[in-house]
Amino acid sequence: MLKQWIPLLGATAVCALMSVPQAAKAEQLTLCWAAWDPANALVELSKDFTAKTGIDMKFEFVPWTSYADRFLNELNSRGKLCDLIIGDSQWVGGAAENGHYVKLNDFFAKEGIKMDDFVPATVVGYSEWPKNTPNYWALPAMGDVVGWTYRKDWFQRPEIQKEFKAKYGWDLDAPKTYDQLKQIAEFFQKRQIDGKTVYGASIYTERGSEGITMGVTNVLYDWGFMYDNPKKPYDMQGYVNSPDAIKGLEFYKALYDCCTPPGASNVYMVESADAFKSGQVAMQMNFAFTWPGLYKDEKVGGDRIGFFPNPAEKYHYAQLGGQGISVVSYSDKRDAALQYIKWFAQPQVQAKWWQLGGYSCLKAVVDAPDFKTSQPYAPAFLESMAIVKDFWAEPSYAELLQAMQKRVHDYVVAGKGTAKEALDGLEKDWTEIFKEDGKI
Amino acid sequence: MTTSPHTYADKAAEAAVRATPEPLARRVRALSDKAIAWLFIAPTIALLLAINIFPLFWAIYLSFTNYRANRPNAEVKNVGLGNYSRVLNDPDIWASMQTTAHFVFWTILLQTVIGFALAYLIDRKFRGHAFWTTLILIPMMLSPAVVGNFWRFLYEPQIGLFAYAVSFLTGIPTSEIQMLGSVSLAPWAIIIVDTWMWTPYVMLICLAGLRSIPDYIYEAAEVDRASNWRQFWSITVPMALPFIMLAVLFRGIENFKMFDMVNLLTGGGPGSTTEVASIALKRDAFEAWATGRSSAFAIVLFVAVFGLANIYVKALNRVKQR
Repeated sequence: MLKQWIPLLGATAVCALMSVPQAAKAEQLTLCWAAWDPANALVELSKDFTAKTGIDMKFEFVPWTSYADRFLNELNSRGKLCDLIIGDSQWVGGAAENGHYVKLNDFFAKEGIKMDDFVPATVVGYSEWPKNTPNYWALPAMGDVVGWTYRKDWFQRPEIQKEFKAKYGWDLDAPKTYDQLKQIAEFFQKRQIDGKTVYGASIYTERGSEGITMGVTNVLYDWGFMYDNPKKPYDMQGYVNSPDAIKGLEFYKALYDCCTPPGASNVYMVESADAFKSGQVAMQMNFAFTWPGLYKDEKVGGDRIGFFPNPAEKYHYAQLGGQGISVVSYSDKRDAALQYIKWFAQPQVQAKWWQLGGYSCLKAVVDAPDFKTSQPYAPAFLESMAIVKDFWAEPSYAELLQAMQKRVHDYVVAGKGTAKEALDGLEKDWTEIFKEDGKI
Repeated sequence: MTTSPHTYADKAAEAAVRATPEPLARRVRALSDKAIAWLFIAPTIALLLAINIFPLFWAIYLSFTNYRANRPNAEVKNVGLGNYSRVLNDPDIWASMQTTAHFVFWTILLQTVIGFALAYLIDRKFRGHAFWTTLILIPMMLSPAVVGNFWRFLYEPQIGLFAYAVSFLTGIPTSEIQMLGSVSLAPWAIIIVDTWMWTPYVMLICLAGLRSIPDYIYEAAEVDRASNWRQFWSITVPMALPFIMLAVLFRGIENFKMFDMVNLLTGGGPGSTTEVASIALKRDAFEAWATGRSSAFAIVLFVAVFGLANIYVKALNRVKQR
């Protein structure tokens, strides 16, 4: 009887052993990110990964307005939904300190992935915690920065150029300073173009998530706002609310009051792009990820659109956007997730990423001789990435952000109090948060 | 020979008894009526405990701690009444409570007055009143998310129908009619939408109240030569009052915790102009991740609503007993 069972048991064991690699092949990874154009490009790109490894890719994309809420909740509850996550740059501190992300130093060393191969600002912004230390929690995945688009076709009309020069004494072109930007915005505000009333500029004013902060910081940095004393971390008095920072905030409000379209009190990426696409505004502040889509737009794209980096004032900075890709420490598929990162870091994959509409952070891609001419927006992107500065990436970033959203929106949009009161209040809020964190 | 249904039922019952295994039958027979009643309500109680009572007690516990949901590894410390003291002394929270009170007061006032007026008209049973009733009820059948989104478009200064209508009537340029972006108009923009959506609900309850008034009372009043005005104030209003009060209670509780519509229309802005208590609570709990403090805030809100509702219900009962 036993003799009859032996071949059957043997066959079962062989099948079981053979099924192990089969199971690995049939594995599926879930990648979590925001629902936007680059995410669609990543879906396309990831098909190569599936073809190469047999690992299926599933995607969980959430609209920007609920992106942070949704995924921070997921990480805080130690959920296993995401194996890989492309988390916002400001999450890195909290995710590292709370153990949500896998530390990648050993993996990078083993696989020969060098952070020196990536644009330095993106490494600091997306991967490092603590900042400026060689502790890596993400691979720079999607470079992004706030910049501007403008209606090149309007700017080039002779009658407009003539009138502008007569009024302001300089040739109408993409502005180099914020004073120039405001003059252009004032010039176009409520102007009739092709029988339609148009407006000066669309700027970020959104209250609910991070919009107005991502907008106002571009101006504040240029006027001299600093997060803290460079020699004494978390000492913010006179840096956050310096006289120059106050002037910067007053400028942002003046720009909002004089030169934005009616009803622009809650504008972020989508609304700003819509204002530009519908031909309402002469200039638009937005993250660089919107540029490929706008360039392809039938009504305002092609020769009609121009791109320029954030203008300068006393200083020259731009708000960093973008994200790094991390492995979620609660995932059961850590090895496969690391395999994806290894694949994604390859130069040829990064080159294809840029071609499909993603913004690669790999030096080999952005420093390539033909990069600047590869797309009309490439020079503005490169110039912008060289001047980036980011918001706090502390574990308590959400609270710090919320305080700024409230203080700035109350002043700029609701017109409550003065710029000095807003920044003094912000300095007080932030000091309290850091005191609670035990950092002061 | 005919067999009565009763006989069939008896036979079926006997068959069921025979088919039931003896040990189980013995056990069922041993259960008292009370035990069977408990058996039926136990799943509901278990569910209630799991999703209502336990979270409530858990929130009470958290409200005395410094717990933060985004710091799972941090030490949880007891802070005593610290969170409550902070909530009750926070000017921003009081500002959000004032915004809520303003919103609740005006929506209830408008919905009650308009709702009762509509119910009074519909109760006249004019020609086509059924059609008009159905038409009036449509807004309350819509999802708040849908209502919030399409009113946002209606309020658009450049393309919105609302702005065009106001501009047509007043001559003010559409670009200057910024309902959601203006500090003074944004709270009213939300009140208008809530009133548009929920007045039919108040109307429905008032209509039930009006239709419950017996005709003979009006007939007796007419015999006594009471004027219509007198009948309205001496019969209609007092007899419909419990229903009106019930509608006010329902709308009051709902609007005290209003979130979806405000979030969709203004997100609490401009600035913090329309930041009602529920929006402030959501920001504290899920954006600032101050779980302990926001639990204390939630408990304060719960106690306020519960306390006010209790006082109100007592008043309602007194009116009903009159």
